[in-house]
Amino acid sequence: MKNQWYTISVYSENNVGLLNRISGIFLKRHINIESLNVSKSEIENVSKFTIVIHSTEDWARKIVNQIEKQVEVIKAYYHTDDETIYQESALFKIASHLLFDERQIQNIIKESNSQIVTVSRDFFVLAKTGRRHEIDEMHDALEPYGIMQFVRSGRIAVSKAAMPITNILAEFQNQ
Amino acid sequence: METLKAQKKENKKTTSIRITGAEAIIHCLLAEGVDLIYGYPGGAIMPVYDELYKFQDKLTHILTRHEQGATHAAQGYARVSGKVGVAMATSGPGATNLVTGLADAQIDSTPMVCITGQVFRHLLGSDAFQETDIVGISTPVTKWNYQVTRAEEIPEIMAKAFYLAKSGRPGPVLVDITKNAQVEEFDFVYEKCTGVRSYKPAPEPDLKTIEAAAELINNAKKPYIVFGQGIILGEAEEELKALVEKAGIPAAWTILGLSALDTSHPMNVGMVGMHGNYGPNVLTNECDVLLAIGMRFDDRVTGNLDTYAKQAKIIHFEIDPAEINKNVKVDLAVLGNAKQTLDLLLPLVNKNEHKEWRAEFDKKHQIEFDTVIEKDIHPTKEKLTMGEVVEQINIASKHEAVIVTDVGQHQMIACRYAKFKQTKSNITSGGLGTMGFALPAAIGAKMGAMDREVVAIIGDGGYQMTIQELGVIFQHNVPVKIVVLNNDHLGMVRQWQELFFESRYASTVMTNPDFVKIAEGYHIQSRRVTERSELKSAIEEMMASKNPYFLEVKVEKEDNVFPMIPAGASVSDIRLK
Repeated sequence: MKNQWYTISVYSENNVGLLNRISGIFLKRHINIESLNVSKSEIENVSKFTIVIHSTEDWARKIVNQIEKQVEVIKAYYHTDDETIYQESALFKIASHLLFDERQIQNIIKESNSQIVTVSRDFFVLAKTGRRHEIDEMHDALEPYGIMQFVRSGRIAVSKAAMPITNILAEFQNQ
Repeated sequence: METLKAQKKENKKTTSIRITGAEAIIHCLLAEGVDLIYGYPGGAIMPVYDELYKFQDKLTHILTRHEQGATHAAQGYARVSGKVGVAMATSGPGATNLVTGLADAQIDSTPMVCITGQVFRHLLGSDAFQETDIVGISTPVTKWNYQVTRAEEIPEIMAKAFYLAKSGRPGPVLVDITKNAQVEEFDFVYEKCTGVRSYKPAPEPDLKTIEAAAELINNAKKPYIVFGQGIILGEAEEELKALVEKAGIPAAWTILGLSALDTSHPMNVGMVGMHGNYGPNVLTNECDVLLAIGMRFDDRVTGNLDTYAKQAKIIHFEIDPAEINKNVKVDLAVLGNAKQTLDLLLPLVNKNEHKEWRAEFDKKHQIEFDTVIEKDIHPTKEKLTMGEVVEQINIASKHEAVIVTDVGQHQMIACRYAKFKQTKSNITSGGLGTMGFALPAAIGAKMGAMDREVVAIIGDGGYQMTIQELGVIFQHNVPVKIVVLNNDHLGMVRQWQELFFESRYASTVMTNPDFVKIAEGYHIQSRRVTERSELKSAIEEMMASKNPYFLEVKVEKEDNVFPMIPAGASVSDIRLK
């Protein structure tokens, strides 16, 4: 089986220590987490982990089973890139004088659909949301002029198919 | 109904009492039916020990000589009684000493609750005296864990701990309680936990899969059952027996499944795995339908996965969905508690005998008997064998004892030859292979089944890992029978060195102390056997004793355990010598 990107979505209780428990599942199997994002979900008091791994489907399935087995996990899913809508965000901190000295930077800002978040005397900050390769392209374009700081977020994703968590929670309430 | 609920709530309010967190912990334990715990005191758990002192008429605390001993004793207690074992320790080193027992209970699905003291909440993260992040450390080896930092959390968390430890696929739970939470006062009310919204203890059986399983079984010519501890944990012993008898299916067991089906039952064909029986291993690769019930296809059971039961349709009866297709790809998964799924399966299977197929196991058994078993249990050579000791214990115990084993050659020999009439009688460290398990586990097993004879069979290596627990046996006069099979070696590692490392015995030769004198130091009646002529009478004397008894048997130093599936080989390539 070939390796590919999988996005793992985990709906869970919001408890201290659960991140450690979930990341331990990857550690135990020597599988690298390529990106990790934790946020609230569409359901009140339910957290959502979005984890990206590069692995075989067999491993993705086994890992999701192990995650779902954890007491505080409500449900976990894995999806391929085709099955999800996903984005990442990045911030670029760049010296302000470059805006005036290097005409090309203004073109990069326009072409990349990025936003200027703030401008000060010394630096300005660009925000870019998009696919990994789009952010990488922008990074490569800006790099020759000097990037003071760069950071990229973990992937966030929603699945095309439903992830029916509310049904699972309702089922519990009716027990 | 509504009024009843309201009334219940009202009652609870009126029964609340203002007590400290430490006292609340005792009330929680009592409410969960706990009357016995194992542990070791220390600074951060002292308020709880002070309450244990006050409640000693209701709750017995056994001071083990090391916290690891407390966990194994709690495991032994849990395994024979089916109840949750409880171990307690202080923070820091007390807590870290629990880790091996937690890992053992996790991999062998043993219900256990461990309570640890922790430094005051305001000291967390300050590297205070005896502070350690036991929640972080124990996360991979617990089913669930939690740090309590306020007294009010205690009842809910303790209730959840017991519920999670026991329900579904059981496992160890650790509750870490800061010292301030132990001394704070609050209004205590206890309510048992009946569910956790993010947790499903056992999948509901799906009748369609059970019907599909029945069809496979009814059409099979050579059906074969391999059962594990899921039968014991699910209390499905009667259902298994009924299935085996009705459908006429030969049944073999994993090491943790041992004793779930009477070892003398005509359809019980023996043990699978690395040192299991010849027929059960070889015929795994000849059956046409393999029913794996409450077992998890451990590598020590399957050998090389690429050649494991490829010809068979495999049906996996399992409570834990994460076990399905984890190691072995199966054709059909029947999820659920084994008692429920087997009960639903029974009326759907046809009455059958499979006489010819059953006879295959007899033929293989005869080969194994002639080449291995006869020499093991009725040896003609001068030196004593481990097998003949186990055989003598069988005779003296009439197959009724609980046998507790450690890890290594003696364990394999005991599991191969010990005979059992009753379930929950074989207590051993299966998945983790924890040397030092047996002596403390035997203490727990005896206390969990006082009416039963408990015999611990231990090697000279593992015995010395937890030998200090003789102190508990002496102090509380726990009438366990301890048999050390002494070959002055770490026998299993030595066997591998002989077979796979050209007999380079690196650090496996032991110069042992006088074990009889050590036992005598603890005022435990003891005896050493070096000659075959003394063996029978020594074991009879031991079994007749109403007190703890220590028996050392000097056995052949360089015996090997056979049959054996070499690591990475196929079950059908099992070696008889």
